[in-house]
Amino acid sequence: MKIPLVYNLRSVTQRPVSTALTALGIGLVVAVFVAMLALANGFIAALTKTGSVDNVLLLRRGADSELSSGIPRDAISIISTSPYIATGTDGRPLISPETYIVINIQRMGGDAFAVANVVARGVSDKAFEVRRNIKIIEGRRFASGQSEICVGSKLAGRFANVNVGDVLRFSNRNWNVVCRFTADGSSFESEIWGENEQFQGVFRGNSFQDVAFRLKDPASFEDAKRAFLADQRIQVDAHRESEFYANQSQLLGNILRFLALMITSIMAVGAVFGAVNTMYAAVSSRTPEIAVLLTLGFQPRSVMASFLAESAVIAFFGGIIGCLLALPINGVVTSTTNWASFSEIAFAFRVTPQLLLAGIIFAVVMGLVGGFFPARRASKLPVIQALR
Amino acid sequence: MKFLPLVLANLKRHKLRTVLTTLSVALALFLFASLRSVVTTLTAGSEVSSASRMIVQNSTAFVIPLPMSYAARLASVPHVESVTWANWFGGKYGDGKKFFAQFAIDPATYLKMYPELAIAEDQKEAFLKERSAAIIGEGLVRSFGWKVGDNVTIQGTIFPGDWTPTLKEYGDDSFMFHYDYLYEKYPDRVTPGWFIMKIDDPTAAPAVARTIDDQFRNSNAPTKTGTEKAFASGFASMWGNVKVLMGTIGMAVVFAILLVTANAMMMNQRERTSEVAVMKTVGFSDRKVFTLIIIEAAVISLTGAALGLGAAVILPIATGFGQGGFLPGFHVTVGTMLVGVGVALLLTIASGVFPAWQAAKLPVVQALRRVE
Repeated sequence: MKIPLVYNLRSVTQRPVSTALTALGIGLVVAVFVAMLALANGFIAALTKTGSVDNVLLLRRGADSELSSGIPRDAISIISTSPYIATGTDGRPLISPETYIVINIQRMGGDAFAVANVVARGVSDKAFEVRRNIKIIEGRRFASGQSEICVGSKLAGRFANVNVGDVLRFSNRNWNVVCRFTADGSSFESEIWGENEQFQGVFRGNSFQDVAFRLKDPASFEDAKRAFLADQRIQVDAHRESEFYANQSQLLGNILRFLALMITSIMAVGAVFGAVNTMYAAVSSRTPEIAVLLTLGFQPRSVMASFLAESAVIAFFGGIIGCLLALPINGVVTSTTNWASFSEIAFAFRVTPQLLLAGIIFAVVMGLVGGFFPARRASKLPVIQALR
Repeated sequence: MKFLPLVLANLKRHKLRTVLTTLSVALALFLFASLRSVVTTLTAGSEVSSASRMIVQNSTAFVIPLPMSYAARLASVPHVESVTWANWFGGKYGDGKKFFAQFAIDPATYLKMYPELAIAEDQKEAFLKERSAAIIGEGLVRSFGWKVGDNVTIQGTIFPGDWTPTLKEYGDDSFMFHYDYLYEKYPDRVTPGWFIMKIDDPTAAPAVARTIDDQFRNSNAPTKTGTEKAFASGFASMWGNVKVLMGTIGMAVVFAILLVTANAMMMNQRERTSEVAVMKTVGFSDRKVFTLIIIEAAVISLTGAALGLGAAVILPIATGFGQGGFLPGFHVTVGTMLVGVGVALLLTIASGVFPAWQAAKLPVVQALRRVE
C-alpha cells in the first residue's frame, strides 16, 4: 500500500528552514542552468535567423567570412545574368551586391575609447526584398545617391546618434539616419545599412565583399553552386545564406553550451550533496515514525517510495523557484562579439518553455539522486531497534 | 588547541555529511576560481602591454590599412622614438579548424619594438636574413608538431594564394613572417594594417595621440592613436557582457553552496542540542561553545577551499587547457586564490555564526529536559 503524499508534505513543513534552504540551493542551480542555456540559445538563434534558406551568398573563393571576401565590380554583371536568380515584380533580378566593413562607433556615455565594432553593410535597393526578414519600423528607406543610412533596432540605446533624425559621423562623412529596421531578432539588427554605391566609395574602393541573391527555385542551390564554381570568368564560391550565418554561431554557441553544462553539472553535484544531507537528517529524526509505519504493515518499498517522493517534491519546488528566478532574463538584450566578423552582435536571452521544462526535470532528477540513499536507509530500518 | 580532538570527534560523527559538505565547498571554490580566472585571463592582455608603446590604426575601421608614407611622418612627431608596422594576415592552415593569429611584420624594427619576444639569437639572425622565413610560438609547435626549418603552407583568406614560409621559433602563440614577403606578391594592395610606436615618455602619450590624429584628420586615412594598453582593454571589452555573466554565475555558485553548508551546520546543531546543554552544565562557557562550533565550520570551509582552489590550479595545467586553444594563457592568479580564501572565511562565518549563536544562547535547564 502506498503512503499518502500528505504525510510527506506535512513532514516537510515540520522543518521549514532546512527544507527551504535545500530547495533554494537546487533552485539556484536550475536558475543558472536555464540562464546560461538561454544565453547560448539566444546567440545561436540570432545568427541562425539571419540567413534564409532560399538565399545564396557569394564570396570570393577561399574567403571564409564576409570581411575577408572581395568581388570585383565586373564580376557583378556576370553574376546578375545567372538563370538561378529570382526576379522581382519589376522584372529585375533579386540581387544585392554588398560592401561589408566593420566600423568603430562610439558607445553611449563612454569615453573616446569606448567604441565598438559595428557592421556597416552597403546594399542595393533590392536588398530589402532579398532579405525578407527586414521590416522598417520607423522612417523610410535611404534614397539612392544620398548620404543616408538605416540602422538596426538593437543599436538604439547602446550607441550615440543612431535614432531616426540623428546625424552619425563615420569615415569622414556625415550620414543622416532615416530609418530603423527590425530583422526578426537576427544579427542584421546590429548592423548599419546604407547604399552600396555610397559606402563603396568611402570604404574599400572599387569592389564588393559579397553578393546576396534569392534563388528562383530553393531546391536548385546545388546546381547554382556548381554553375558558379565552373564559371572561369569569376572567382566566387556559393554558400547557402542560412547555413553560412548558422556556421558563424557554431564555435561560440558550442563554447557557451559546453560552459553551461559543465558549470551546472558541477553545481548540481553540490546541490545533490545538500539534498543527501537534508534527507539523511529527515530520515534520522523520523526514525520512530518510520518504524511505526513499518509496524503498521507498510511495505519497505512504500517507505522508500515515500521518501523518494518527498525528496523529489522538495526538488520540484526548487526547480520552480529556479525557473521563476531565471524567467525575468527572457528578452533581456546582451551583447558579445561575433568573432567571425569581429563585430559586436546584440541578442536577447531566449527562455523557452522546453528550457523551463528541462530545468524542472533537472531539478527532480537532482532530488531523486539525492534522496535515493537516505530513502533506502529508511526502508531498511530494523523495526524493533527503531521503535525503542 | 586542546579542544581540537573534540572538534574532530564532532566532525566524525556524521562522516558522510562532513565529507559531502566539504566536497560541496570544494566544488564551489573550484568553479568560482575557474570562472574568475576566465575573466582575469581575458583582461590580462591589457596588463602585459607596455605604457610606452602606442598604436596607430585607421579610425574608420581597423580592417582598412594605412599608407606606408605615414611611417616617416609618425617618426618625426616629437617624443616618438621608433616606428614599426604590421598586418593581419588571416590565413588558414590545413582544414582551418584550429585558429591562430598570423602577422606580417617588418622584422628588424618589430623585434626591436618588442624586446620581450624571447627568441634565440641564431634563430633571430636567420629570420632577419631570409625573406620567406616565419617565427612561430611554442604553442603552435605543440598544436601542430611543426619543427624549425619546416615549410608550412598557409592559405590566405584575405590575400589569396598559398604562403609557405620557413619556420623559426620564439616564445609566444602567434605566427609572424616578413611584411616584404606579402608585399612582393600584392604590391598594390598591401600597406601597413597598423603602426606601433615607441615613445620616450609615457606621460606624453595623450599629446602624441592628439598631434597625430589632428595631422591626419582630413586625409584619406584618418587615424586613431592610443596606448597599447588602451587598445588591449578595448579588445577585452569586445567580450561584452560575457565577463559580467561569469562574475554573476560565480556569485550564484558561492551562494548556492553557502545554503548547503549552512544547512548542514544547522542540522548538526539541532541534533546536538542536548549535548551542548551537557557541555554547558559541566562548565563550558558560552564563549567556548560558540568558538568550538565556529572552528568546526572553519575546518569544513577551509579544507574544502584548499581542495577546490588546489584543483583549480592543478587541473588546467594537468589537462593542458591553458596552452593554446580557446583561452591561451589561462591560469589562476594569486589574487583569485586570495579572494577564494576570503570566500571560504566568509562561508565559515555565514554558516557557523547562526548555529554557534544558538548554541551559546541555549537555556541549559530547558535543553536538559530533553536529555534521556
